[in-house]
Amino acid sequence: MSEEAAPVTYIVTPVRLEYDHSAGNAATLFLRGLAQRKIIGTRTGPGQPVLVPPRGADPRTAELALEAVEVSDKGTIVSYSIVRVPSENIHFELPYVCINILLDGADVPFFHVLQNCPLDEVRIGMRARAHWVPDEQLAPTIASIEYFEPIDEPDVPFDRIREHT
Amino acid sequence: MRDVAIVSFAQSNTAREDRNEVEILIPVVQEAVKRSGLPRGEIGFTCSGSSDFLQGQPFAFVMALDGVGAWPPVKESHVEMDGAWALYEAWVKIQTGEVDSALVYAFGKTSSGDVAEVQALQLDPYCVTPLWPDADSIAALQARLYLEGSARTERDLADVAVRSRRDAMDNPHAVASGATDAETLLAEPYRCSPLRDHDCPMTSDGATAMVIVAGDLATRLSERPVWIRGIDHRIDPPALGVRDLSRAPSAERAASRAGVLEAPVDFAEIDAPYTHQELILREAFGLSDGVRINPSGGSLCARTLMSSGLNRIGDAALRIARGEGDRALAHATQGPCLQQNLVCVLEGE
Amino acid sequence: MAEGSGGEVLRGPHVLEYPYRRSLGPALGRFFTGLRDRRFEGIRSRSAGVIVPPQEYDPDTSEALDEFVEVGPAGAIVSWTWVTRPRKKQPLDHPFAYALIRLDGADASLLHVVDVGDESRLATGVRVKPRWAVERGGGIRDIECFELEETE
Repeated sequence: MSEEAAPVTYIVTPVRLEYDHSAGNAATLFLRGLAQRKIIGTRTGPGQPVLVPPRGADPRTAELALEAVEVSDKGTIVSYSIVRVPSENIHFELPYVCINILLDGADVPFFHVLQNCPLDEVRIGMRARAHWVPDEQLAPTIASIEYFEPIDEPDVPFDRIREHT
Repeated sequence: MRDVAIVSFAQSNTAREDRNEVEILIPVVQEAVKRSGLPRGEIGFTCSGSSDFLQGQPFAFVMALDGVGAWPPVKESHVEMDGAWALYEAWVKIQTGEVDSALVYAFGKTSSGDVAEVQALQLDPYCVTPLWPDADSIAALQARLYLEGSARTERDLADVAVRSRRDAMDNPHAVASGATDAETLLAEPYRCSPLRDHDCPMTSDGATAMVIVAGDLATRLSERPVWIRGIDHRIDPPALGVRDLSRAPSAERAASRAGVLEAPVDFAEIDAPYTHQELILREAFGLSDGVRINPSGGSLCARTLMSSGLNRIGDAALRIARGEGDRALAHATQGPCLQQNLVCVLEGE
Repeated sequence: MAEGSGGEVLRGPHVLEYPYRRSLGPALGRFFTGLRDRRFEGIRSRSAGVIVPPQEYDPDTSEALDEFVEVGPAGAIVSWTWVTRPRKKQPLDHPFAYALIRLDGADASLLHVVDVGDESRLATGVRVKPRWAVERGGGIRDIECFELEETE
């Protein structure tokens, strides 16, 4: 006997995969650095570009880049974007600004979020510094840096950062 | 048709890697490029095989380009398949005349995720994946059908494992190896009947790279280039219940189109992750009992998912380059129960 | 070796999760509606006989298929394997078999699980019937499992 009901037109088939990731050598250097309130990049060797966050290779030359180099936690904003779209994963109040910041000592920009700055004052060339979590909360995670915020230093002229913008 | 040869090959397999994918790949690519004699900047095309599901990240394969060199910009492609299919695409690219050389690479960290669940995702998402069968169980369904429909026994399967592990002792890139005998293996309990642990592949993490070049360039670069005389791949229907799982028609067809039987083959490197699959494929390829199978130990002894097929081709090529054979069949497989098969015929000068 | 790493490489968990709501076409829609109603529908094809689950196209000739055929509900085991230690997502939490089952009237076989208590009771050709789930309408697990035909 068949029930008189509407046909089945869809099924729900959730997929949940769990991974146990090894961070690799490069990310381990970086994450352990964060736990010590430091930002660590890597390079292939002396005189070579410092890459942060480090991923194990210098993409221009495809060589292993595992020599650790500490960079500053302050730098110059080279690009930014104002986000107005909500997301479950984001805990910042909307709208907020995400930035590419060229940390002093690094050769490639670092992605993060800017807080404590009126939207109409965010600009390329402005100087900012990491706002870390309290010392007792430092851990090998990017969340050790809560956000970046402006600091009272003169803007860097566009020509000096042009290639990173 | 342009003549295309393999001029170098390098691989790395470990039971479990702490390095990330790029860190594993870089030394392997550097070795293959160096051994090819071709400067990296002169290689015309780059093609890779990998599966994002092993890392659990969409577009994960893009990160591997850091380790391959994509600056200045390169012609590049990727297949969500074993590197053997990346080899096929690179071979086709050379046939078009657009390039004369290619770097082919593959990588995979099988250990990061639960490989049984990851592999269940390649099955029918409506009717099969929601039952979450692991790959060993799926293979076991095929193994039982094969054993019950043929004169073969579990002992024949154990013999494949014994031989493979013994041969793997001479392969520094094998992950499982050792001297044993069929009685010892058969005394072990089933993992999933009728398969035991030794019938299933030793999964590993690793990377693989190969350089192929066309025509005269091959003879300039290599003392004994290994020519790809034929290469073809075919696929059978995905629904497990529709196929006769005890045979591999796509393998038969690929072998025929690759020209396997045009001349005798000295040895074969067959990508058979399960022991019964070697027997099915041996029959599919029409190989006589005298042909040596998997002198490397095969995918049973090292199975880096996404690399193991390319490894069979590379292992065969290196053996020919060393003068230990002149003509070989090399094979790669994908999908459950030998659904998709690639065959190439390799010949030394 | 990396400088300043001061120890082992870090490891951490990562979860990839997707909800996936899949719309069904004419063939699977009919099949899953049938399962909800405790009925199996296959489809007739030239190259493979009656296929279940039904497909929209012939696996060999690619012609469109539209002749549905009711099959089962009982059938015979074509192949099976015993799962000694079920994994957490698998349908049963005690040892069971995955099996290819040829339902009566079908030519292609269906993959599912068989709950039979002991592996020794299984063999190719043994007849099984479905145990339906109490709540249905959700797909292939509307069949909780198959069991021996002689089971009460």
